[in-house]
Amino acid sequence: MSDLQSPANTTAESNRAGGKASEDAPTEATAGADQPTATRRRSLLPSSTLLRHLLVLLIGAVGAVVLLETTDPFTNSQLATLTYYAIAAGGLTVLTGMNGQISLGHGALMAVGAYTTALFLSADEPLPLPLILLAAIVTATAVGALVGVAAARLHGPYLAGATLALAVGLPGLAIYFHDVLGGEQGMRVRAPRAPEAFESFISAVSGNSATNTKWLAYLGAICLLITYFLLANLIRSRIGRTWRAVRDQEVAAELAGINLGAWRVLAFVVSAAAAGLAGGVLALVVRLAAPSGFTLVLSLALLTAIVIGGLGSLLGALLGSALLVFLPPFVTDLGTGWGLDNTEAAQLAPFVYGVVLIVAMIFAPAGVVGSLRMRWLTRQAKRSAARASRG
Amino acid sequence: MTVIAAATAASTLAACGGSDDGGGTSGGGGGDASANEASDIGITEDSIKLGAHFPLTGVAAPGYSEIPTGAQAYFECLNQQGGVNGRTIDYIYRDDAYNPTNTSQVVNQLVLEDEVFAIVGGLGTPTHSAVLDFLNSEGVPDLFVSSGSRLWGEDPETNPYTFGWQTDYESEGKIIGQYIADNFPDAKVGLFLQDDDFGEDGEAGIRQYIDDQIVAAERYTPGNTNVGPQIAALQAAGADFVVGFNVPSYTALSQLTALQLGYDPQWFYSNVGSDPTLVGSLLNNFSQGQVSDASLLDGALTTDYLPTVDEPDNPWVQEFQRIWDECGGEGELTNYRIYGMAQAYTTVQALQAAGQNPTRDGLVEAIETAGSEWEGPVLAPFRYSADSHMGTSGMSISRITGDTTEEVEPVQLTDLGDAEIEPYDGEMAEVPENGIPNEESVVD
Repeated sequence: MSDLQSPANTTAESNRAGGKASEDAPTEATAGADQPTATRRRSLLPSSTLLRHLLVLLIGAVGAVVLLETTDPFTNSQLATLTYYAIAAGGLTVLTGMNGQISLGHGALMAVGAYTTALFLSADEPLPLPLILLAAIVTATAVGALVGVAAARLHGPYLAGATLALAVGLPGLAIYFHDVLGGEQGMRVRAPRAPEAFESFISAVSGNSATNTKWLAYLGAICLLITYFLLANLIRSRIGRTWRAVRDQEVAAELAGINLGAWRVLAFVVSAAAAGLAGGVLALVVRLAAPSGFTLVLSLALLTAIVIGGLGSLLGALLGSALLVFLPPFVTDLGTGWGLDNTEAAQLAPFVYGVVLIVAMIFAPAGVVGSLRMRWLTRQAKRSAARASRG
Repeated sequence: MTVIAAATAASTLAACGGSDDGGGTSGGGGGDASANEASDIGITEDSIKLGAHFPLTGVAAPGYSEIPTGAQAYFECLNQQGGVNGRTIDYIYRDDAYNPTNTSQVVNQLVLEDEVFAIVGGLGTPTHSAVLDFLNSEGVPDLFVSSGSRLWGEDPETNPYTFGWQTDYESEGKIIGQYIADNFPDAKVGLFLQDDDFGEDGEAGIRQYIDDQIVAAERYTPGNTNVGPQIAALQAAGADFVVGFNVPSYTALSQLTALQLGYDPQWFYSNVGSDPTLVGSLLNNFSQGQVSDASLLDGALTTDYLPTVDEPDNPWVQEFQRIWDECGGEGELTNYRIYGMAQAYTTVQALQAAGQNPTRDGLVEAIETAGSEWEGPVLAPFRYSADSHMGTSGMSISRITGDTTEEVEPVQLTDLGDAEIEPYDGEMAEVPENGIPNEESVVD
C-alpha cells in the first residue's frame, strides 16, 4: 500500500486542480441544505434535498416531453442516443468526479448490459421491459462488483490500466461464445413495441403520431431521469460526502474510521449499475449488441464527455454527452456545406472533436459546468468581500 | 408529415395484399416526362434521393471508402444524360466508421432527416444488421447490401424490403469446393477463415464438395493482428492448398506470416480479400516497405463476379474508365470503384423498372418481377423473385499473375443449400449507350 501512496497522492492532487470548483460547489450546496443560511436560495427552492430533486425531476420530465414533441424525428433519435451516453457518463461522473477513480472499462460494462438485454429479449416470451432492464443493471453490477474489488486496491493509472484490460478483453467473450452471443456480428435486438397507453399519451399531449423512434427516445428519457434523480440524491447524501472525503483526504478519512476499500468498491458498483442500464438502452435504440459497438473508443468517449462537461457534475455529464451526439453530424454537414466531398467531411468530424478537446483542456480545464461554477463562485466571493469592506 | 406517413402505410397494406399474385405486369409503360409527380418520400418531379452508409474513416476505410465514390461518379454521368425518367439522382453517403452504433445513427439521419427514397449498397454484415429491422419496419427499400451474407435475401417474408447484390459466401464456397475437387483432387486443403458469417458460410459451402480433403480449419478474430498461430497450424497440419475467406488486410497478414515461416502452399483467396492493388499497398504498409507490392500473390487463385481493372479490353471496364475520367474525383479507377458503379447500374435498372412515378413498394415489386432478367456488368444473373432476394448466382475463377489475372474457369452458377452447380451458358452483356441501362417499366 505504501508504495502506491505517492501516485495516489498525485492523482488526488491533479483531481483537485482540475475539479476545484466542482468540489467546492457540492459542499456548499450540501451545507446549504443542512443549515439554510442562504436566504435567497431558500425562497426559490424547497429546503429539503429530496424535495428539491423531486422538483428538478418534474421539471426535467416536462422539459423532456416538450423537447421530444417539438423536435423532428431525427432529433428524436439523436436524443435517444444522447440518453444512453448520458446515463453511462452520469455513472462515470460518480466514480471519477466523486471518488477520484478513473475507469477506461465502462464501455465493457455497457456491453454487459446490452448483451443481457439482448439475451432476455430473444426469449420466446420475453419478460416485461422494466424487468429486463433491471436484469441488465444487476448483471453489470455483479461484474462491476468483481472489478470494484480490484479497483479498491488500485489507484489512478493502475486502475485505468486494469479497466483498460476489461474494455479490450470483455467484448472478445462475445466472439469466443459464438453460439450464444452471436460472435462478431452480434445479436439483433427487437425492441418491444410501444404500449397503447403511450400512443394515447402522445396524441393527448401533442397530437403527433407515436412512432417507434419516439417510443425509444421516451424510454431512454425515463431511464435517464430516474438514474439522475437517484445519483443526485446519492451525491448529496452522507454516502456522497464520504466518497469526497475518500477522494480528497485519504489519510484523514481513514483516521475518521472510513474503510477506504469498501467505499471505493461501492462507488465502482454504483457506476457499473448505471453503465449496465445505459447498455440496455443502447441495445434497444441501436437494435444490436455487437462487439464492434463496444470498442475502447466508447469508453474513451464517455471519459471525454465527463471531462469536457465538467468533472463531478451530472449536468456536465449531460452536456458532454450532448457534445458526443450532436457535434459529429453538425461538423460533417458543415463540411459538406463548405464543398468538401463526403469522405473529407467525414474525416473532419474526428479532427474537430480533437480540437474541441484540446481547447477545452487549455481554456476550461474544469469543464463547461466547472468553469461556469468557478466564475459564479468568484463573483460571489468578490461581492461579499466588497460588502465586508463596506460594512 | 402525418399525411405522408398515413399514405405510405396504406400503400404498404395494399402491396402486402397483392404481392403474391404478382399484380398486373403490362410492359412498356414509358409515359411522357411531363407526367412526373412527387410519388413517394424522396421522389420529387425532378429528383430521386438515395442514401448509403460506408466506412469512410477507421480501420475498414481502405478500399471500402472508394465504393461510394464510384457510385457517385456513375450517378453524376447519368444525371448529365438526363437521369432516370427525367429525374436526377441525389446520392448521399455517410460515414459509420464500420461501427454498428454509428450505422444506426447515420441511417436514422438518412431516413428521418434527409428523407431518402431508398438505401442503396450499405456496407458490412454487423453494421447493416443493426439497421435491417428499422428499414423494414419503416418500409424503406434496402437495396443491394454490400456484403455476401445470406441475411439480405434468404428470408424475404421477414425482410421484404431488403435485397442482396453480390454472390453470397456459401455459393462462393461451393464453387471453390467443386473446382478443387475437379482440379486438385490430391491436395490437402487448409482453411483460413474469418470467425463470423463470412468464414462460416464459406466453410459450409466448400465442405459440401471436399470435406474429406480438408486437413485443418483455422479461424481468426478480426482486430487481432497476429495470425502466426493460425498459419503455423495450417503448416503443421500439412496443408499444401490454403483457401482464405478473409478480408484484404488478413490476406496481407497471412502472406507475410507464411513468408516468415517459410510456408508456400497454393493460395486461394475469396473475392473479398483478393484485390491485388489494395493487398499490395497493405503489404507495403505492414512490412514497412520490405515487401513493396502484391508480387507475393503471384499464382494465387481467386473468384470473380465482376470484371476487374486488370482487364483493360473488357468493354465494361472501358466504359467505367470513361465514366471515372469524365465524372469521377481524384485517384485511379479501382476494383472498389467498379463495384460501386456496377451497383449503381443495377440501381438504375431497378428505378427504371419501377415506372414513371416510382413508389417504395413499386420498387420492391419491380425487382422481384424483373430483376432476374437484368443484364449488366455482373457476370452471372440475379436470383431475385418473390421468394428470394439473393443477389448474383455465380462466379468465375481466375489466377493472379503479376499485375493481371487470367481466367481458369468460366462462370459457374449455383444457389444456397444443396443446389447443383452448373456452367453458365449466357453471353457477356453488351454495354448500352453511355453506360445507361434501358429497362421497361414493369409496374403500373
